[in-house]
Amino acid sequence: MTADMESYALLIAASMNAGTVLAIAALGLLINERAGIVNLGAEGMMLVAAIAGFATAVHTGSDVLGFLAGMVAGGLMAAAFGLLVIWLNTNQYAAGLALSLFGTGFSAFVGIGYTQEKLGPRPHFDLPFLADLPWVGGAFFRQHPIVYLAIALTAALAWFLYRSRPGLVLRAVGESPESAHALGYPVRRIRLAAVVAGGALCGLAGAYVSVIYTPLWVEGMIAGKGWIALALTTFATWRPARVLLGAYLFGFVTMLQFHLQGQGVQVASQFLSMLPYLATIVVLVLISSNASFIRANMPASLGKPFFPGS
Amino acid sequence: MSMTSKRSTLLKLTGFAALAATAALAGCSKKEEPAAAAPEPASAPMAAKPEPLKVAFAYVGPVGDGGWTFAHDNARKALEKEFGDKIVTSFVEKVPEAADAERVFRDMASQGNKLIFGTTFGYMEPMLKAAADLKDVKFEHATGYKQAENMRTYDSRTYEGAYMAGVIAGKVSKSGTLGVVGSIPIPEVIRNINSFTLGAQSSNPKVKVKVVWVNEWFNPPKETEAAQSLINGGADVLMQNTDSSAVLQTAEKNGKFGFGWDSDMTAYGPKAHLASAVINWGPYYIKAVGDALGGKWAGNQHAWWGVKEGAIDIVSIADSVPADAKEAVAKVKAGLKDGSFVIWKGPLLGQDGKEILKKDEVADDKFLSGINFYVKGVEGKVPSGK
Repeated sequence: MTADMESYALLIAASMNAGTVLAIAALGLLINERAGIVNLGAEGMMLVAAIAGFATAVHTGSDVLGFLAGMVAGGLMAAAFGLLVIWLNTNQYAAGLALSLFGTGFSAFVGIGYTQEKLGPRPHFDLPFLADLPWVGGAFFRQHPIVYLAIALTAALAWFLYRSRPGLVLRAVGESPESAHALGYPVRRIRLAAVVAGGALCGLAGAYVSVIYTPLWVEGMIAGKGWIALALTTFATWRPARVLLGAYLFGFVTMLQFHLQGQGVQVASQFLSMLPYLATIVVLVLISSNASFIRANMPASLGKPFFPGS
Repeated sequence: MSMTSKRSTLLKLTGFAALAATAALAGCSKKEEPAAAAPEPASAPMAAKPEPLKVAFAYVGPVGDGGWTFAHDNARKALEKEFGDKIVTSFVEKVPEAADAERVFRDMASQGNKLIFGTTFGYMEPMLKAAADLKDVKFEHATGYKQAENMRTYDSRTYEGAYMAGVIAGKVSKSGTLGVVGSIPIPEVIRNINSFTLGAQSSNPKVKVKVVWVNEWFNPPKETEAAQSLINGGADVLMQNTDSSAVLQTAEKNGKFGFGWDSDMTAYGPKAHLASAVINWGPYYIKAVGDALGGKWAGNQHAWWGVKEGAIDIVSIADSVPADAKEAVAKVKAGLKDGSFVIWKGPLLGQDGKEILKKDEVADDKFLSGINFYVKGVEGKVPSGK
């Protein structure tokens, strides 16, 4: 096998790793949005989760506790957001933006003492037998467990949304909260649960960044991944499998720019870093150009407040 | 998670409070540290003690970056130690390289600072503007090239550290491929990449250097991704001209080798760390403050300090570095110190094999500050600017 082939395997592995962060956060946001809530606070939640996860991992020495702390932090932030937009009917977009800005500043503030901290040696994971396979081993089977978790999560979420009764209820709440309410479902509580689950997954993604992906804490280290995750849900037309594939695609684009440079090909990294957003706008245009396409894909009550009894 | 619940209560209170707090937190954080200046007891006779000189620093990154800004802040602390209560220092971190910097400089001046250091290239124009108005304030600008009556520039010969690191890298690399994560393709950085390559070639003439640019000074996830792609491409010793420790940490994670840059980064990658090429701004800062206190300060000057003046060093060389590499580095260092060794000296070939410096021709500082090409051994193309 040539060194070139090997480098492609590693490119795939690195793309999956980069895409995993986006996938987990975007799957979380997908749950929100399927229930009709848009949470623009992803970036802020991920940042706060990143510092919470990093600090916990530093103090306890346990990555798993770090991930849990990140999920709790993300979940709490999302819960606060949920109370604001679901019960107080605050504008979702304004509250989400505020959450993002707040998270950016707050994480920087509580993280001041952690910029010099380090985590111990980072673990290596090789799947037995599979990791030793030529080429495919390097490409797919030497990843952190979270990478596989993201795939499992995608499958679980797809099953949940389309094959389970609670998933049907969740979608109903996002499509027509009035009807769900009339049928006796607690719309607000379901929405809150969806928002908290979304926040927890964004939190997991944030903690993965600071504990495994780039094991350190610096201000603003999520560096726009939260926004890409938000764009991704739209890009994927709110389908779990497409979210995962889209995340890998965006991860691939990220890694490709460096890979090409290493090969001596000159690319403007600035151009590549705008691609995810450009792709999202294209998808948005494609969706909105066709009314039936909107109906088929977009949760009908996305972003709209719900007033029970009205 | 008390901190998180604290913030969520706040958010619940009012969205506006959250926004306001964010604006405050997201902005520059500011700290003033009087240099152990004990307040004068009221009963003591008022000695004719001169007012302490107020010295302010504008930093581009957070003090905690562990690299560039951290090195500047260490030098600020060295100043306080050196001059005690004769000076009061303060700093503003994360000052963006844009027009906003000018406001920060004016703000510093209005608070009585008489000597202001701006520690990144991008402050050049804003500082020049502020200096034109604030004639009674002395400005010191790092890495720039524009001066004024009350503004002068200083820089460090970071390429000397890059060369010494290269000497080690050339010896340690087994694959014969080295990787450099470049920040922004300006002459300073290109010069460092070239010098690193020249150093590596001095210990292994066949060595190749791959470069990946991230177009930022400080973005750890991006630095990580760039470092990973270099390793994927076969590089087994990495160097960086970015400001964080992410590249070294990526090398550590992959069982490869790397260097500390600007500050000693041993602790970030105990196994991967070969040495740290550090900048010690202390000697220059002490000279600058000494000049200002002694009335000898003059503008329109440029200081470019290196190993000779104690501004550049290679430290914490790992035990795993072969003895002959250590010896070679020590020789280079001694040569740079007494002037008997010059890095940029012919014969020197460009990437395309064309001769750039003839045999025994020595590059002057003007040549060095305009380098926009790769030397032979560096792969890829210099990203074309505007």
